[in-house]
Amino acid sequence: MTEDDVVVELSDGMTIGIGGWGSRRKPMSLVRAILRSGLKDLHVVSYGGPDVGLLCAAGRVRKLTYGFVSLDSIPLEPHFRIARQTGTVEAREYDEGAFYLGLLAATHRVPFYPTRAGLGSDMLTYNPDLKTVTSPYEDGTELVAVPAFDIDVSLVHMNRADAAGNGQFLGPDLYFDDLFAMAAKRTFMSCERLVATEDLLREGSVHTLRIPRLHTDGVVEAPGGAHFTECPPDYGRDEAFQREYAATARDPEAWARFQADWLDLPSHDEYRARLAERAGAGSGS
Amino acid sequence: MSDAGSPAEKADMSDATIDEICLVALAEAFRGDGELLCHPMGPFPVAAGRLARASFEPDLMLTDTIAYAVAGTLALGTTVGDPSGDEGVVVEGYLPFRTVFDQAWSGRRHVVMGASQIDCHGNQNFAAIGDYRRPKAQLLGLRGAPGNVINHTTSYWIPSQARTFAESVDVVSGPGYDRVAELPGPSGRFHEIRRVVTELAAYDFETPDRTMRLRSVHPGVTLDDVLAATPFELVVPGEVPASRLPTGEELHLIRNVIDPTNIRKHEFRS
Repeated sequence: MTEDDVVVELSDGMTIGIGGWGSRRKPMSLVRAILRSGLKDLHVVSYGGPDVGLLCAAGRVRKLTYGFVSLDSIPLEPHFRIARQTGTVEAREYDEGAFYLGLLAATHRVPFYPTRAGLGSDMLTYNPDLKTVTSPYEDGTELVAVPAFDIDVSLVHMNRADAAGNGQFLGPDLYFDDLFAMAAKRTFMSCERLVATEDLLREGSVHTLRIPRLHTDGVVEAPGGAHFTECPPDYGRDEAFQREYAATARDPEAWARFQADWLDLPSHDEYRARLAERAGAGSGS
Repeated sequence: MSDAGSPAEKADMSDATIDEICLVALAEAFRGDGELLCHPMGPFPVAAGRLARASFEPDLMLTDTIAYAVAGTLALGTTVGDPSGDEGVVVEGYLPFRTVFDQAWSGRRHVVMGASQIDCHGNQNFAAIGDYRRPKAQLLGLRGAPGNVINHTTSYWIPSQARTFAESVDVVSGPGYDRVAELPGPSGRFHEIRRVVTELAAYDFETPDRTMRLRSVHPGVTLDDVLAATPFELVVPGEVPASRLPTGEELHLIRNVIDPTNIRKHEFRS
């Protein structure tokens, strides 16, 4: 399927889980497809990076559930900063590890997972819906009950996948993409390269086959689909591009230009063609 | 001020610069930790962790700051590319983020984090300034601070004390001793703020009411300097020792092995 075929499956107000971590292996071609659609009022669940920043800047987000929103080499996502400081999105911020337990609880279909993470901190103060539980055993420990995330659709980007939806990561970290896939009602996966099932082990050991087709509902082949975030070993982060993107948060005209140049494009193929032009012009990475 | 690239072998301890003194004071936070995951955040704390392991705390486990536990001493700014192929880098373990959380909750971990505000109880904020619900300044966020601080040993590196020490913090990311004391039952039993190191001095919480105590003052800094940069009541012992100077071996490690490109000095530009 294509990015636009995936977006047809989404609707206003949905809770969308987005895999990756910060500015690392984000399903950016799918995010851009959301941006060129009319989708709005989304609840985005993410270890956020430019996916969150772009969707906030374009006014598509009603609510955010996040462990952080960062561009890694730029510690705070600048468009997310604006969204928070102007109060345009409802923020549900969890400790990074507590966020993992929200995914895990959804995956295991239990209402919550208990943890110490958050006790004593303002994570509880500013998430008044978060409740604590007391251990039913002798120790009587009070713990935070992290509720299962209720995700309608997850979007993840893998290095390789087969047409049936078996996903493979070849970089240093899967992050939580398998949990995003299992936690959501439906999951769509983009990949750098679609390969035959019998070729999945050509580039990585069996340990890299971490998203089974049981949990995917469609695959999009999107070479460069994580750009400008990193997708090792296929490519690193496009830091020059990321800096330009980050600068658009300080300048509405630059943001308008960025939208025209990189977001108001009809397809991922067109985006790639633009990138190739940019590289040819010597202004790129 | 000495040139940080000065000859290695018998570096003269007396030419140690303030960044090197701070680095040693921060490394001292790990003394006695033995075999645990030493997980400092940011280049300066990472250098301190690597220094501790390369000298007096050899059983620490350290990462390349990405996903690999590395046995040798990496220079700042180096990460493992291909874990099977990089020359001179010995990978001893795999620590993707999920494993790091599991590891944190297991307790065998000591982190060093930064802070935008910290108070006398050790309440730390790097989440936001102003009203959290619509902050005047959105900072990093809570990040992993709530889970780290309540689950295992934490220290803080604060390169600008006057700007960071605060009577109270706007948002509590990492809870301090007063907050944790209010928790019911044994919920707070793994909480320990080991050390706070600033550009002026080192601090701990080894007081009866667990408020911050001056532990040592860096050479060249006076008690008045420290107090002028502290807006809360600090516990000051009768005799305050000076933070120790780096040994010749430590200076060699800092200047030639761990940070030959002087990344640590960026912390002191202000």
